Amino acid sequence: MKAVEVSRLRKVFGEIVAVDDVSFYVDEGEVFGFLGPNGAGKTTTINMLTTLLKPSSGSAKVWGFDIESEPERVREVIGLVPQELTVDDELTGYENMMLQAALYHVGREDTRRKSREILEFLELEKFAHKKVETYSGGMKKRLEIGCALLHEPRILFLDEPTLGLDVQTRAAIWSYIKSLVREKGVTIFMTTHYMDEADSVCDRVAIIDYGKIRAVDTPNNLKSSIGGDLVELEVSEPNGQFGESLRVLPGVLDVDMNGAHLVIKALRGEEALPAIISMLVRSGVDIRRVEMKRPSLEEVFLSLMGRKLRDFEGSREEVMKRSMTLRRMRK
Amino acid sequence: MMESASEIGAIAMREIKKWYRSPILLFMTTIQPLLWMSLYGKAFNLTGLFRIPEDILNQLPPESTARFASIVNEILSRFFGASDIDFFSYISVGMMGVILLFTSMSSGMSIAWDRRLGFLNKLLVAPIRRSSIVFGKIISSVVRGVAQSLLVMLIGLALGLRLRIAGPLEFLIALAALAFLGASLSALIIAVTVRLKSWESHIAVSNLLTLPLMFTSSALYPVSLMPDWLRVFAVVNPLTHGIELLRQAILLGAPFTSPELLWHLSILTLFAAAATYAGIHLSNIALRRT
Repeated sequence: MKAVEVSRLRKVFGEIVAVDDVSFYVDEGEVFGFLGPNGAGKTTTINMLTTLLKPSSGSAKVWGFDIESEPERVREVIGLVPQELTVDDELTGYENMMLQAALYHVGREDTRRKSREILEFLELEKFAHKKVETYSGGMKKRLEIGCALLHEPRILFLDEPTLGLDVQTRAAIWSYIKSLVREKGVTIFMTTHYMDEADSVCDRVAIIDYGKIRAVDTPNNLKSSIGGDLVELEVSEPNGQFGESLRVLPGVLDVDMNGAHLVIKALRGEEALPAIISMLVRSGVDIRRVEMKRPSLEEVFLSLMGRKLRDFEGSREEVMKRSMTLRRMRK
Repeated sequence: MMESASEIGAIAMREIKKWYRSPILLFMTTIQPLLWMSLYGKAFNLTGLFRIPEDILNQLPPESTARFASIVNEILSRFFGASDIDFFSYISVGMMGVILLFTSMSSGMSIAWDRRLGFLNKLLVAPIRRSSIVFGKIISSVVRGVAQSLLVMLIGLALGLRLRIAGPLEFLIALAALAFLGASLSALIIAVTVRLKSWESHIAVSNLLTLPLMFTSSALYPVSLMPDWLRVFAVVNPLTHGIELLRQAILLGAPFTSPELLWHLSILTLFAAAATYAGIHLSNIALRRT
């Protein structure tokens, strides 16, 4: 069974096609990233998968349950961390957890034990009995994630989990999410537009634009797909003897020699590099300097989307929600 | 069943905690009825209207002053329920009902805020009954409303409100009147506001509804003194029946067997059942996914 299975999903708002015939799957225990510019259809897809919106056509199964005919079952196995902060400022962290527990029918004893465990895991236990309005943006987001974990969901949906957070908090949140996957085997479906984060966290990513999926693959394969890595070497005794031998090494695409400066294009730089070095050493070449450059996911993204600016336009409600979330985060 | 109860309880508790932790909210919704009572209620001296100046009184024969007094008493008890009533007490009990209108409006507002902050979505992705959401809101609104109404009563008592209560049962009926009235008003207001996407439009709606509902009820003025066209609105306004029931039970000291009390009690019960059912039903339609 796939954790999520989406087949030809479509959502139309009036004349706007927000999600256009999208199909993909997410494996159990996988971290799956949904990347795309603002307004590409990421949140609309999440809202359909989490039973907040009805699809216009197509179907999707979450943990084997149909989102249209079995929404109650879907709701029991998922956790959602929406873009906005929904923890209540006027309640304490612990009270927010209690509220969540009641909404998910978690027993009293379980709630006490699990919320202590989760608050400790998220390093919030010292603030458990403080009102959330005294929390920083990062703490609120952590509490939000903690609440979503209370009922031990199989699949956690994270919509832009690090939007508006500082670098340290972002790093901390990702380390929590990674250890969640490691320790509890939770499947993660997330959206983000921070490419570096998607690259380091996701097992596979889908790139979505104008409601259509443009590519789905592992970050490494996507990066290789736009032309491979560059290995740059500076050598002491340049001679043309080894040029041909380099060209036939597995994974090497192109070799460019310019005096002592060698530029090699290779499909998987990290695998080609040891072979290149040992070949050069065998040929008696003295290597002074090695550098490997990989194309980033950002370049993949730009090559698929183009560099044109996307000015975000949404309903008034959406724009206000966004700015309110950012305001609450900054505190 | 148990699950629904704990869902409803949790949603209601959230609102109630938020309410008693923010004294400003409590103050803002209580101050307006208090102003009506103390400024308008104290300024209007009902029995003073009929007071005959000393010099005229001395010239009148005793039998005609007695006659005049009995006519005045007759008029007062016909329109206000009792001849020795003071307008401050009359309007104070009216305001105990009106404050439920204010608290229902503010609980309707909370759904618009929940939508805007994304909290409503958090409720909608949870495996709970959709009706628990609205039920929780209504219950929190009733708790707030009844508490604030009793607060108004206590402040009124300190300022000279005179109550007459036949017994503990009649006082319980008064509490029930407050709860029923609060439930019906908030169910209807939530059914309207759950559809509004912005809280600005909610403020507009609540301003549009509050004053007409207050003035077409018997909060400030007896229905029997109103012109016919206005009386039509007053009779279909649940606030009228809630306030009249309250007046019977705690101001006029009517026993629970009094036909007038029973009449308002049955109308109000029917209205509360119908309004709560309709309000929850309409809200559920609005919360259905699209």
